[in-house]
Amino acid sequence: MSSRRVVVTGMGMTSPLGGDVPSTWEAMLAGRSGVRRLEEEWAEELPVQIAARVAVEPSEVLERVKARRLDRSAQFAVVAAMEAWADSGLTDTTVDPERMGVALASGIGGVTTLLSNYDTLKEKGPRRVSPLAIPMLMPNAPAAQVALLVGAKAGVNTPVSACASGNEGVALGVDQIRLGRADVVLVGGTEAAIHALPMAAFGQMMALSKRNDEPERASRPWDADRDGFVLGEGAGVLVIESEEHAKARGARIYAEVRGAGITADSHDIAQPDPEGRGGSRAILRALQESDLAASDIVHINAHATSTPLGDLAEGLMVHSTLGAQADRVVVTSTKSMTGHLLGGAGAIESIATVLALHNRVAPPTINLDKQDTGVDLDIATSPRDLPAGDIAALNNSFGFGGANVAVAFASV
Amino acid sequence: MATTEEIRADLAEIVNEVAGIPADDVQLDKSFTDDLDVDSLSMVEVVVAAEEKFGVKIPDDEVKNLKTVGDAVAFIEQAPQA
Repeated sequence: MSSRRVVVTGMGMTSPLGGDVPSTWEAMLAGRSGVRRLEEEWAEELPVQIAARVAVEPSEVLERVKARRLDRSAQFAVVAAMEAWADSGLTDTTVDPERMGVALASGIGGVTTLLSNYDTLKEKGPRRVSPLAIPMLMPNAPAAQVALLVGAKAGVNTPVSACASGNEGVALGVDQIRLGRADVVLVGGTEAAIHALPMAAFGQMMALSKRNDEPERASRPWDADRDGFVLGEGAGVLVIESEEHAKARGARIYAEVRGAGITADSHDIAQPDPEGRGGSRAILRALQESDLAASDIVHINAHATSTPLGDLAEGLMVHSTLGAQADRVVVTSTKSMTGHLLGGAGAIESIATVLALHNRVAPPTINLDKQDTGVDLDIATSPRDLPAGDIAALNNSFGFGGANVAVAFASV
Repeated sequence: MATTEEIRADLAEIVNEVAGIPADDVQLDKSFTDDLDVDSLSMVEVVVAAEEKFGVKIPDDEVKNLKTVGDAVAFIEQAPQA
């Protein structure tokens, strides 16, 4: 394997906390919740009536005709990619398009486009189904639209591993660069699944919080009274490139992506391994590939979604992998504020992890009123300063299907 | 029966909605693909919206003959109401 170092040079996001990275980060440090009661009529008959919608509708940012040709998940991806691209300072003359790729994930794909076209088919017949339905709903549409936006002509991939997808996008981009297949890759993930069907289906799995009367208090990772996750929507995109390429063009470098671990539980299609063994192996693989010791890890942006089992298992993973360092690492779950973006989660949380290293401050976990006695972690409940010097952090993501992805980032 | 200009104006609104082309640019002599940048998928959208608007059937085989806005207006004018 090539030892090419990979660095983060640009970031973009649209999230329940803000329409871009600076506003989202500011809201995270202020401990704000993006969860609201759904006003839509269809929500009235659902057991769960809360979700975390994006703070800024993409129609406010994208040109109308462009927007109507994109599924909502692709709209988010394009908005985030526009910001990340501008932030990176790259232009079509500073990167060879044939050396630029995309690895942009989706958990569920264009589900709202699929369902609205099915409604049209039933109500008005096949002639009225949109000719754009397939290129809008296919899971690789957001990645392809981002490639069209920036002119990327190397591999354009769409990792799909449920709630681990966004983190897998980051890991896959690192691989592309280290394998010499690209110099620059736009990585991340997107999701737009706040619709009656996914909400009803997740509800039937007993996966969602039913705290309808207190939306902002509903996402409460590791709290003793947590009762499920809150569905969120949005996208995150990072521009990563070989250090050589970044330095040659004088780019600003936020952090290094040191390495990743990807494993599978092979335990159950939906339930996490109660002992978190697959996740632990992912963390250990990430440390090994990154040539980092447990003592280098000062911060973890946890997957912790606010489900009873998953949050417990992740606590066990941290202890089984970091040993004594588990008592010193500052852990947070930004999902307490953003809700759970499924395929977008690993992406926006990678950005939060990079910003934590870059700004030397870990964002808080809100709603942790009474920490579950089964979770022995140092969880930040207000912004926590991180030490000076060379530091590293992990971003964990776990998904249905037993997918586990840990990505290690380091300060520069 | 609508006049040629009324049909053109209604069709121009559809093209504007689907493809974002200013309605005033959608004149009889304009080619959908060469002048107005309407791609093949957008053309299907225009055709289906026109069928609904004007109450006519535009068979798939006919669409390839509708090269200009004038071709489409002429077809709509002579087509029987569906």
